[in-house]
Amino acid sequence: MNFDTLLLGVADGISYAGLLFLVSLGLTLIFGVLGVLNIAHGSLYALGGYVAASLSAFAMRHAFDATPWLFFSLVVAAMLVGLLMGLLLDVLLLRYFQKRDPVIQLLVTFAVFVIFEDVQKLIWGTSPYAAGEIVSRLGTVELFAVTYTVYQIMVIPGIALASYIGLNFFLKKTLWGKQTVALTHHREVAMAMGVNVKKIGALVFVLGAMLGALGGALAVPVSSLTPGMGAEMIVVSFTVVATAGLGQITGALITSLMIGLARSMAVYLLPEVDVAMPYIIMLLVLLLRPNGLFTVAQSRRI
Amino acid sequence: MKLGVFSVLSVLGLLAIGVAFPWTKTMLIIGLCYGLSALGVAIPARSGQVSFGHAMFACVAAYAVAFLARAFPLMDGVVLIVLATLVGTLFATVLGSFVVRYRGIFFGMLNLAVSMVIVALLGKLYELSGGTDGIRVPRPVFWGLVTERSEFETMLLFMSCGIALMAGWFYQRFTQSATGQALGGLKSNETRLEYLGISAHHILWVGYAWSGFFVSLAGAIFALAQGLVTPDMGAWTRSGELVFIMILGGSSHALGPFVGAAVFQAVKLFASAYMAGVWQMLLGFTLLAVIALAPEGIMGAWQTYRNRSGKGAQP
Repeated sequence: MNFDTLLLGVADGISYAGLLFLVSLGLTLIFGVLGVLNIAHGSLYALGGYVAASLSAFAMRHAFDATPWLFFSLVVAAMLVGLLMGLLLDVLLLRYFQKRDPVIQLLVTFAVFVIFEDVQKLIWGTSPYAAGEIVSRLGTVELFAVTYTVYQIMVIPGIALASYIGLNFFLKKTLWGKQTVALTHHREVAMAMGVNVKKIGALVFVLGAMLGALGGALAVPVSSLTPGMGAEMIVVSFTVVATAGLGQITGALITSLMIGLARSMAVYLLPEVDVAMPYIIMLLVLLLRPNGLFTVAQSRRI
Repeated sequence: MKLGVFSVLSVLGLLAIGVAFPWTKTMLIIGLCYGLSALGVAIPARSGQVSFGHAMFACVAAYAVAFLARAFPLMDGVVLIVLATLVGTLFATVLGSFVVRYRGIFFGMLNLAVSMVIVALLGKLYELSGGTDGIRVPRPVFWGLVTERSEFETMLLFMSCGIALMAGWFYQRFTQSATGQALGGLKSNETRLEYLGISAHHILWVGYAWSGFFVSLAGAIFALAQGLVTPDMGAWTRSGELVFIMILGGSSHALGPFVGAAVFQAVKLFASAYMAGVWQMLLGFTLLAVIALAPEGIMGAWQTYRNRSGKGAQP
C-alpha cells in the first residue's frame, strides 16, 4: 500500500465517518434521553435522502440553481423530514407505547421502518436516484498527489463537527438542553422539578430525526439512492452506538471516525471483509468492554 | 379442546391440504420452517432476551447442507439434515458461550453483528460460497429412495410436520422443566435467580443452544425444500421476521409461533396477490396492531379469552 492509497483511504474514511456520525448522533441522542433504540432511524436516513434529491432537482428546475440554493435544499429537506417523522415517532412511541417493554418499543420502531420501506418504493420507485450536481460545483482539492472533492472532505465532516459542537452547546448552555440532560438522569425527578417531559421528549425526537435525515440528505450527492440503503445504514450506526456505549455523544464521534477509517482502509487492504469491518470492531470492543468503549461505570439502563 | 389435540389436528389438516393441492407443498414446508425457527427464537425470548440475528443459524445450517451435498453427492437427504443441524447447533453453542454474557439491547446487537459478518463473508468469498447468487442444492436421495420432485416434496412435508409436532411437544415440556422455568425467572429477576443458586449464565446458554438447534433444523429443511441457499437467509431483516412471527403468534404455547408463521405467510400471499409491492407495509401495520391490541400475541389473546369464558386454563 503506497502513500497515495493511504491518503485516499483516509479521505474516504473521514467522509464516510461524517455521515455515519450524523446518523449515530441522532440515534444515540434519542436512546440516551428516551431509552428507545429507534430502528426507524434507518427510514429517516433514506427519506432524508429521497426528499433531498427531489427538492434539489426541483430547485434546479425552477431557477434556484445557484450553489447555495442547492445546499440549502439539502438542509431544508432534512429539517422537513425530521420534523414530520420525529413528531410521528414521538406520538407513536411516547404516547401509545410508553409503558411497554423496551423490546416491544424496539419492535414498534421496526414496524415503522418496514412500513416506510414500502412508502419509499411507492413514492420514488426502485430505480436509483442521485444529485451529484453540488459536488461538481464545489470542485476538488489537491491533497499531496491525490485529488479529492471539496464536498466530501470539507462539507460533510464540517457539518458533522458543527452538529457535534451545536448539540453540546444546546445540552450544556441552553435551558431546554439542560432540561434534556435532567431527563436522562432521572425521569420522575425531572418531572417533579417541573420539566415538561412531553415537550422535551418531542423536541429530542425531532432533533434526533433531523440529524438522521441530514445524514441521508448529505449522502445523496455522493452516493446513489437505492431501496435498502436505510437498512444498511441503521445497522452500521447501531454498531457505532453500541461500540461507543449507549447515549455517549463524544464516544459516538470517536467511534464513527474509527469505524469509518477502518472500513475504508479495508476496502483497499482487505476487500473481502470491508462490509464486515464495523461488526468485527464492535465484537472486539464488546469482548473487552461489555458496555461499550466510553461508558462510565453504572448500572444497566436497559 | 386441548391445544395439543388441536395441534395434531391442524398438522393433519396441513398434510391434507398438501396432498390435495400439490402446488401448496413448498409453501407449507417453508411455513413450517418459519414456525420452527420462531419457536427457537421464543426460547431466549422467554428470558427477555430477543435476538436480532437468529436467522444466521438457519443460514449456517443451510450452507452446511449445500457444502455437504457438493462434497458427497450421494449422501442421503436425511443424513444431510442431521449433520447440518449438528453443525448449526455446535455453532450456536460456541457462540452462545460468548453472547449470553450480555443482556437486552447488547444481546440483540451482538447476535445481529455476528449474523452480519457471516452474511458479508458468504457474499464476498465467491469461490467458496458462490457469492450472493448462492449455491444450488440438487435433490438428494431421500430415505434411501431416488425420488421425483413431487414425491420428494411430499416426503419432506410429512417429515416437517412430524418434526414440528415433536418440536412443539418438546417446547411444552421444556417450558415446564427446571431450566425452562429458570429462563422465565431470569426475565423477572436475575439477581434473585442467582441467590437461589442457579447460574443465569448457564441457564441462558442452555436455552440459547436449544434455540440454535431449532433454527438450524429449520434452515436445513428449508435448504432442501428450496433447492437453493443464499446469504439472504441470514440477513437481519430475516431475523426480524422471525421475531415478528414470534410476537405475532405469541410464545405462551408452542402453537403460537406456528400460528404466527401461518398468518405471516397468509399476509405475504394475500399481499403478493392483491397488493404487490406493499406487503412489507401490510406486515408493519399487522405488527403494530398486534402490539397494540394483543400484546401476548394471537395465542395469548386466545388463552385469555378461554380463561375469561370460564373453560379453564390450558397448560
